Amino acid sequence: MLRTILKRVLQAIPVLFVVITVTFILTRLIPGDPALTMLGPQATAQAVDALRERLGLNLPLWQQFIDYILGVFQGDFGWSTSYNTDVMPLILSRLPATLSITLTALVIAVIIGIPIGVESALKQNTWFDYVFMVLALVGVSMPIFWLGLMLVLTFSVNLGLLPSMGMGSMANGIGDVISHMVLPVFCLATIPTSTIARISRSSMLDTIGSDYIKSLRSRGIRETAVIWKHAFKNALPPIVTVLGMQLASAFTGAILTESIFSWPGIGTLIVNAVNSRDYSLIQGTVLFTAVVFVVVNLIVDIVYTLINPRVSYEGGGQD
Amino acid sequence: MAEHTPQTRGALSVEAQIEMVKRERRANSAWHKLSRNKMAVVGLVIVAIMVFMAVFAPLISPQDPNFVDMTKAFLPPGAEGHVFGTDNYGRDLLSRIIYGARISIFVAVGGTVFGAVAGVLIGLVAGFFGGIVDSVIMRIADGLMSFPFVLLALILMTILGQGTFNVILAIGIGNVPYFARLVRGQVHIVKNEEYCNAERVLGASPSRILFTHILPNAISPIIVYFTLNVASAIISEAALSFLGMGIQPPTASWGNILSGGRTCLRTSPHIATVSGIFILLTVLGFNLLGDGIRDVFDPKQKR
Repeated sequence: MLRTILKRVLQAIPVLFVVITVTFILTRLIPGDPALTMLGPQATAQAVDALRERLGLNLPLWQQFIDYILGVFQGDFGWSTSYNTDVMPLILSRLPATLSITLTALVIAVIIGIPIGVESALKQNTWFDYVFMVLALVGVSMPIFWLGLMLVLTFSVNLGLLPSMGMGSMANGIGDVISHMVLPVFCLATIPTSTIARISRSSMLDTIGSDYIKSLRSRGIRETAVIWKHAFKNALPPIVTVLGMQLASAFTGAILTESIFSWPGIGTLIVNAVNSRDYSLIQGTVLFTAVVFVVVNLIVDIVYTLINPRVSYEGGGQD
Repeated sequence: MAEHTPQTRGALSVEAQIEMVKRERRANSAWHKLSRNKMAVVGLVIVAIMVFMAVFAPLISPQDPNFVDMTKAFLPPGAEGHVFGTDNYGRDLLSRIIYGARISIFVAVGGTVFGAVAGVLIGLVAGFFGGIVDSVIMRIADGLMSFPFVLLALILMTILGQGTFNVILAIGIGNVPYFARLVRGQVHIVKNEEYCNAERVLGASPSRILFTHILPNAISPIIVYFTLNVASAIISEAALSFLGMGIQPPTASWGNILSGGRTCLRTSPHIATVSGIFILLTVLGFNLLGDGIRDVFDPKQKR
């Protein structure tokens, strides 16, 4: 098992290298001159040249690449022109806002999605199953930016119950913070909840049909124990995989959700960076989200190996 | 049976046999299996309606989608013969939705085709040749898949610049690694089957084995993934347009109609509401269809 985990960790290294390289290439391909963008159209040619020199833009590309990699490993992601600050601290300062809604959404997705999925599997082909699986299907098909607007329309504009913008502040009490979180979290939780409900159902159906579950039942073991202690435990690996994928893709949801609710997280930071052509900030945020993805995937795979020992015996087939 | 004259017996049994074989074939055909799956049929109907709308837009659209009449701006649904009302320029929303279907579905299918063709070729090469080629290609695919899809498409749009074709390209490039990974996995499964080994021993060229044996065997998961991917590509186009980096007005796409509706959500909520419902329905249709096709191809996964 240790070998499988080690192998998986080693595999992540070239992926990280690809991520770093692709980020560099993509940012260099964005048309326009960063120095010119920073100084504005009124800048003199000398000023632009001086800045290009200071930013290292006149160096050969390979040297820029090496400087960039060295910077990345020192946590130096450059200078954000639109926020006038270092990129890395800026990203880190926005991280808690994004994590607060994405993690809450995923926790809710697990709490609601798994029981619904398991229950649907146990009640296969009953109205309960049909209703929730149709709902889950609608959920996975949901354009969440539209859902966000509809939530704003219903709960903020028409009913006036919940705020539609910003984060709220602890100074106004915990209620203010929570009320600001409700709609974005609802929006972000929709797809993960539906996906987890669907995978829990199909994974449970696979296990409860198997012979050992039948034999456990025939031995008179309590039904709840059969379901949660045995069947669910064996149905867990695919659910963990899907949860990991949802965790990793939460940034995509965050970009859209934060943009709707003016949530001051990494999502709005990315959109602002793209709109204002803030090259270092684009580079930094893109790289940051991709690295988070790689690391989360790595952790999920390791957890998967731990809860599903079969993986390690199957050898090299799983990569 | 023994009582029949040879003539009638022969005639009957041959006909009956043919009939039986035909029936059996029909019952086992993918199409028939699909038609027995209610959810898949619902999906197919939704997709068919949307595609019909897209193809015959000029014939069924009540108005020119770009016909501006400022005196009729922001009419609510049903007013003055506008079924879905009008937008901020007084353009008929129904007509814009119908023409929007054209762009949204075309971009989604186009982007998926691009991703599928490039991804399948790359996946075939990686899976078939294995070794270092495979490792390098797959690590690059893993790397590309680490970028949030919308973010990658957003950056690609910044690089490529605006335009419908560039939206297709941005979505397409983002899709390549997913198809490559899928196909590569399939090749690994099929590659070591007996008939492939037999072909190899008989001296068949790699391209012959790839295209006459491996690809046809890998085709069903590709079709399933293709269908499901069109669904997510519709969302991606809408998301890009929503963020202002997708299809540019005045060309109507569901995403930019929705984006336009966002600015007047409080006063004229019908614009955002209607366009979003069409996105949701179409995505749902492709998802239902994709799930149905998967059940046909892979009875083991029957839920």
